[in-house]
Parts: sequence; structure tokens; C-alpha cells
Amino acid sequence: MPVEAGKCDCHTTPLLLFPTAADSAMRPLLERQKYLIDYTLAALLRRKTRNLGLLLVYTLLVFLFASVLLLSQGLRREAALLLQDAPEVVVQKLVAGRHDPLPAAWLDTLRRIRGVSSAKGRLWGYYYDPAIKANYTLMVAPERELGADEIVVGAALARIRQIGVGDYLSLRAADGRPLSLHIIGVLDSASELLDADLLLLSETGFRQLFQLPPEVYTDAVLTVRNPREASTVAGKIALALPASRPILRAEILRTYDAVFHWREGMTFVALGSLLLAFLILAWDKAAGLSAEEKREIGILKAIGWETGDILRMKLWEGALLSLTAFLAGYLLAWWQVFYGGARLFAPVLKGWAVLYPDFRLTPTVDLQQVLVLLAVTVLPYIVATLIPGWRAAIVDPDAAMRG
Amino acid sequence: MIELREVSKVFNQGQPNECRALRKLSLHLERGGITVFKGPSGSGKTTLLTLIGCLARPTAGRITLDGRLLSNLPERFLTEVRRHTFGFVFQQFNLIRGLTVLENVMLPAYPLGKPYRELRDGARALLDRFRLAAKADSRVEWLSGGEAQRTALARALINDPAVLIADEPTANLDSALSREVLGLLLGELAMQGRTVLISSHDPLVFEAVQVDRIIELHDGRMVGDSQC
Repeated sequence: MPVEAGKCDCHTTPLLLFPTAADSAMRPLLERQKYLIDYTLAALLRRKTRNLGLLLVYTLLVFLFASVLLLSQGLRREAALLLQDAPEVVVQKLVAGRHDPLPAAWLDTLRRIRGVSSAKGRLWGYYYDPAIKANYTLMVAPERELGADEIVVGAALARIRQIGVGDYLSLRAADGRPLSLHIIGVLDSASELLDADLLLLSETGFRQLFQLPPEVYTDAVLTVRNPREASTVAGKIALALPASRPILRAEILRTYDAVFHWREGMTFVALGSLLLAFLILAWDKAAGLSAEEKREIGILKAIGWETGDILRMKLWEGALLSLTAFLAGYLLAWWQVFYGGARLFAPVLKGWAVLYPDFRLTPTVDLQQVLVLLAVTVLPYIVATLIPGWRAAIVDPDAAMRG
Repeated sequence: MIELREVSKVFNQGQPNECRALRKLSLHLERGGITVFKGPSGSGKTTLLTLIGCLARPTAGRITLDGRLLSNLPERFLTEVRRHTFGFVFQQFNLIRGLTVLENVMLPAYPLGKPYRELRDGARALLDRFRLAAKADSRVEWLSGGEAQRTALARALINDPAVLIADEPTANLDSALSREVLGLLLGELAMQGRTVLISSHDPLVFEAVQVDRIIELHDGRMVGDSQC
């Protein structure tokens, strides 16, 4: 009821009011929360410089952490997608634990193993180019039907050597003679994650370059009738060919996963000092209530605010600031990783020595990842704002106002 | 209505700077009327009003309100009593800086969750009554002493309390502003049947004709009690 002059009903109602539990339950909760948010926003704006500084640092921190998480997860997902078409089993020959060319005769043995539907010899290797101080991955691609001196190169390789279709690339063969190769194609940048440094060539060209005899291959790739039995087939291969090393597709995926996890972990360690600095700043700014803030809490209690109202106000203060920072930081990171080329952390997380792949990750949002990041960045700040507010609110209003 | 039995208040108890603000003070206050607590600085006036208004708890003794014991009520219930029964006007105004006059007046009603329009209209009506309508959207730090005290008065009345407590309401005002604030406190408010408790050592207050009772304090003890 609006208070109007001369219309006070103090005489007709009992002087002292002890509200019942039913009265409390009837309180319009929503309206209360709106007032609290209103007051909190006004309080945040009153300490504009301090809160804006905190918001900027907070946003930057969320941005950095979210960038690393989004990029490394995107890379893992992309690698997994591309490796879907990888062979189920790869067989290598080992000599005293070292990789050795695989004899062509092994292919027949492998084809005879129960469960194996096909076995093909593969030719691939690494080539160090001193001109750009980088390794190329060389691979024979029979399906491309390349001529003896024809090659197709990865986009990153073409970029760094500044070469394109029609140009010639000269490589030094194992016997010391230069081998001039004609570029007839550049690989699509969509698959650049895996083929940034790739160079596809013919079997003749490969054997000529590495001086490899015709009866050996680098390794063999197998397809199995039932992919769920791949590990059983691998066991049989190890028995039939004791010098062999069968590698499953799942193992390759695990390796990629581990590599990205390791890089992600290293980046987080590097960001750890930043997180620590932020926590100190947040604790100082959020936890240390100024004398003015303490006095304000005392006034609010004196004029009828409960300790719970103060806590709710502080909860809103922490939540508004941290959620704004979280949203801004996460959205910025998301844009940066998926649309900005992830320039900030790509050199650390992508790797690939000199030949960095240039590709665009598919934009996705992982709810679990968002929740983890939310818990790590938002919850500690809210707690840091709640505790001092609670400590100031539980003292008598008179003591709080006196400071 | 309000009864104090052998109430004592000691600050910093057991420490070298221990201060006994009230010493076994007993008092009975009836509903309605204007009571002034007078006495020199440090006599315990403010502490007494603080205890009556549930802003602090006594170190010893009992305080009852309409027969219900207040001194050992849990904090939550004490806040409910404070919110619904008492309105405070402080010597230092204690307005929240950075907020407007209207927002300051509405502030005590926020936890009640009244509809905004109803609350705003109530606050504007109070500001009209105290000739502050034109200042409604001004920040409180821009107000003069008299305006700030009138804003504090409007804030104290927003929840329509039965008891209005004013601690040295004229201490920071010049004579003209003191008369103006006092006119509102003693005249209009007491006429509405509210209980008004004022602490002051200003003769302008305790010599006013509307005052019903004067209680004199010295060194935390009651040394005089006169009906006017």
C-alpha cells in the first residue's frame, strides 16, 4: 500500500508484527530477485573502474583457457574424423626393435591369416629438405596413377616452398643424384591437418628416390572382415610372423589423442601462472570488502535487509560479473578458434615442426566442456565474493556501521 | 509495549579499552507519543536506541516488545521485527551513495518484494510529503544536509513502521534546518499515532512542546524521567 499523508492505519493494526511462515512463503520471490539484481547492478556501476578492470582480466583468462580447450578438442575431433578411413591394421617389420622394409612375400602370409580380407604393401618415408629445414612425408598413391616423375604436394608444403601446379621440385635421391619431380596437383586444404607436409608420388619415383629394391615395402595395410576382431587378427599376425609389429587403427587414434592431450597439458601448465595471478587479483578485489562496503552492508541490515538478502545480493554480484566474463571470454575464444584461424595457440597445439597446417575446424559446442570451464572459472569467484559478504552480514548492523 | 529490564551494554568486553555504555538500565515505554532521550555525549543515548531498535544485542538484561522477549531472538526474526516495527533516522543520515533519492527511500522495502509500481508510488508520496519530489532522481551525495535528513526520514517510513527512532536528527543541521526536520518529526509523524523515540542534546528538540516524555541519561544510567 502506498503511504499517504494522514492515512496511516497504525492505530487499527497491532503495533508489533511477527510475520508468520505463511506470510514469508507468500513473498513474491521474483520481484525480490529483481530488486536485488537492480541494486547489485547499481553497486557494480558505482565501483566502475575496479569492476571493469576485474571484468577485463577475467574475460582474458576465460578466453585463454577456452581457446586451448576448444582448439585441442577440435584438433582431436578432426584427427579422429580423418582417421576414420585409415586402415584397420598396419603391419611393420622390426629388426632388433627398429623398423625395417617389409618383404613382399609377407603379403601372401598375411592374406592367408583367417579374418584378413586383403593385404597391400605400402611405400612411404620421410625426406629432410635442408632448404626449409623440414621433413616431408613421402607416400606412394597407386590410386592416383601418377607418372614416374609426377607428384602431388600438401598445401603447407606448396605454401612454404612457394610452388604450385606445373612447377618442378628437385629432391636428392639416396644415390646422391638430383631427382626432378613435376607437380601436377596440390592437396585440398580441408584435409591439411594430416597432409600438410605430404608429398604423393609414383612407386617408380619412390623406389628411385630411396633406392629401394622391388621386393620390399615400407609396411603393409590390412582390411579385416569383422573390425571388432582386429585385435584377434593382430594376435594371429604376431604368431605367424614373429618379426612383425601389427598396429591397430584404435592405437593410432589413441596416439593422436595422447599427443594433443600432452600439448594441451603443457599449455595449461604455462597458463597456470596466469591463473594464479588472477586468483590473487580476484581474491583481493572480491574478498577484501572495503570499509565503505562493510558500512553499506550494516546500513542495509539496519533498514531491514536480512543476512540472506545480503548473501543473495553478493551472489548476484559474483554471478553477474563472472558469468559476463565467462560468456564474453568463451564467445571470443570460440570465434578465435573456429573463425579466426586459432592464431594464438596454433603454433603450440598443432605442432608439425616447420610445416604448420592451415585449416578451419568445424564449429561445435561441447556442453560438458562448457560446464567444466564454468565450474573452474565461475564458481571460485562466486565463493570469493560470498564469504566476505557473509562475514560482514553476520555482525550486528550497529557494529558493521561503526566499522 | 517496550520494556527494558536491567539492560547493560559493554563494548570490547574484557579488553583494555572496555567501555560500559549502559549500566543496568530499566525502562518502560508506552505505545504512541514522543519520547526524547537527552544527555551529554557518551551518556549512552545512541546505544540505548540501538538496543531498542534491534541493531545490537544487550550484554546483559532483557528487552521485550509487547511482552515478547527480543534480546535472545535469532538474527532472522530480529531482522523481521526491525523491518516491520522500526524505522531509523541516523545522525550521519547513512544514505547509500551513488543511488538516487527515490532508490534510497525504496531500499528498505526491496526484501519485501512489493510490486515495483506500488513501491515507487509509495516512495514518491513520501517524497512529496517531505517536499523532495523535485529531488527524486538526484543522487543523494548532491543533497544539502536538510534534504539528506528528510530523505532519511522518508526512507525510515517506507515500510510504515510503528516506531520511529531518530538518533540526534538535528546534530548535523543548522538551526533553520533543525526546525524544519523537527517540525516533520514531532508534528506530522506523532500526530499519526506513531511512537517516536529521539536521542538529542539539542534544546530545540527536548524543549519542543510536542514532546511527551524526557528521559535523561548520564554515564549509561537513567538520571531523570519527566512527563511533559
